[in-house]
Amino acid sequence: MEKKIIDARNSFCPGPLMELIAGMKAAAVGDELEVLSTEKGSASDIPEWINKVGHEVIETREEGGVWHIFVRKLK
Amino acid sequence: MKILIIGGGTGGTILANNLSRRLSGELKAGKARIVMLSASDRHMYQPGLLYVAVGRMTPDELYRDQASLLEPGIEFHVDPVTEFHFDRNQVTAASGKNYDYDILVIATGSRALMSSIPGLAENAETFYTEETAVKMFKALRSFEGGRVVVTVGVPHKCPMAPLEITFMLNDYFKDRGIRDKVQLHYTYPIGRAHSLENVAKWATPEFGRLGITYETLFNMKEVDGANKILRSEEGSETKYDLLIAIPAHKGMEVVEKAGFPGGWIPTNRASLHMEGEHGKNVLVLGDTTNLPISKAGSTTHFQAEVIAENLAAVIKMGVPVRDYDGKVFCFIQAGKERATYASFNYTTPPDPQPPTRAVHWFKTAYNKLYWTSARGLL
Repeated sequence: MEKKIIDARNSFCPGPLMELIAGMKAAAVGDELEVLSTEKGSASDIPEWINKVGHEVIETREEGGVWHIFVRKLK
Repeated sequence: MKILIIGGGTGGTILANNLSRRLSGELKAGKARIVMLSASDRHMYQPGLLYVAVGRMTPDELYRDQASLLEPGIEFHVDPVTEFHFDRNQVTAASGKNYDYDILVIATGSRALMSSIPGLAENAETFYTEETAVKMFKALRSFEGGRVVVTVGVPHKCPMAPLEITFMLNDYFKDRGIRDKVQLHYTYPIGRAHSLENVAKWATPEFGRLGITYETLFNMKEVDGANKILRSEEGSETKYDLLIAIPAHKGMEVVEKAGFPGGWIPTNRASLHMEGEHGKNVLVLGDTTNLPISKAGSTTHFQAEVIAENLAAVIKMGVPVRDYDGKVFCFIQAGKERATYASFNYTTPPDPQPPTRAVHWFKTAYNKLYWTSARGLL
């Protein structure tokens, strides 16, 4: 199991969720990914996608304008 | 000072030419050398593949001899790199020859991977190579009606390609007089029609106006060719009669082999240096970076200009002069006769305006002007 950071700060295109989707494909089951995003919408659209696909949202927190969204690949 | 550029695509070529002009005195005096290694003696204008796929350009219009694009002082070899030796400032190429460097620039690009999704290569059309674009056009020519599904993988080169091909297909079928027999359906990986929010806000009513249906939060999982069904990671499925794919991309194999997952090299977003202990004299350009920005010709163009300015300044003054600010500019072909554009950087989102014929004609002109860009003039 690995921990990976996806630094998607200031990314309008492809944007944090697209970066996460690509990162998830490359990750192994059990890996934990931390997405860094400066886009407020990431706090809702990343969990929405994670839940829809069936992975796990571990934690979401905001620090100084940067959202840190921790997720785990489950399948 | 030997500058070795790996890759003769858009970024490598613009960089080599721009830098060659800035260092003309140093090159003549033998104080600097620019060497380029490429996998091909030809240079392709990749955005033209979109037009080939709908019968609006022919493949021969997309190529120039690479050597003819380069300034005379640049040493050009068709000798693709097979191995990087960052610890000894050297690469090995296919010929078996080793090339040393003081500064290395990696601009090897990316490749579309139809094999990344089970059943995709066998059952879908795409347009990321000459061969597949021609094949796609032939499939369109013989298509007489039914459900056409455009589907999108991530990451992919050219963020506007999914929308552009959809709007171009709308006009293609209209021109053939069979639009009423074709149901156009678009799928996209995230919760709106495009990654750029303002582009999605523009595209969604366009879809409504043109009768194009769409589905979001749809990431390809597998294609059931026997039953003509595309299934998603999210658990949904859609029927198709003709499947058009913008497949997920990867960096080049030689980069993956060098220990970079996916073929993307961790890169500093401002200086464009490779991250890590050997990055001090290694720069990364275009699709090859792992930066969270668009994989597009304009991205690598703007990055090439920054790297050229900085390398020339370092050689002449000992310090670089500017950072890359994340600048990207993308035309958006909104059908066969209208276009708009999106321009943005790390801090400013785009604000695309309604498509016009004027922007379309500018884009059409740029399809030829590109060769001036490649030469580092525009």
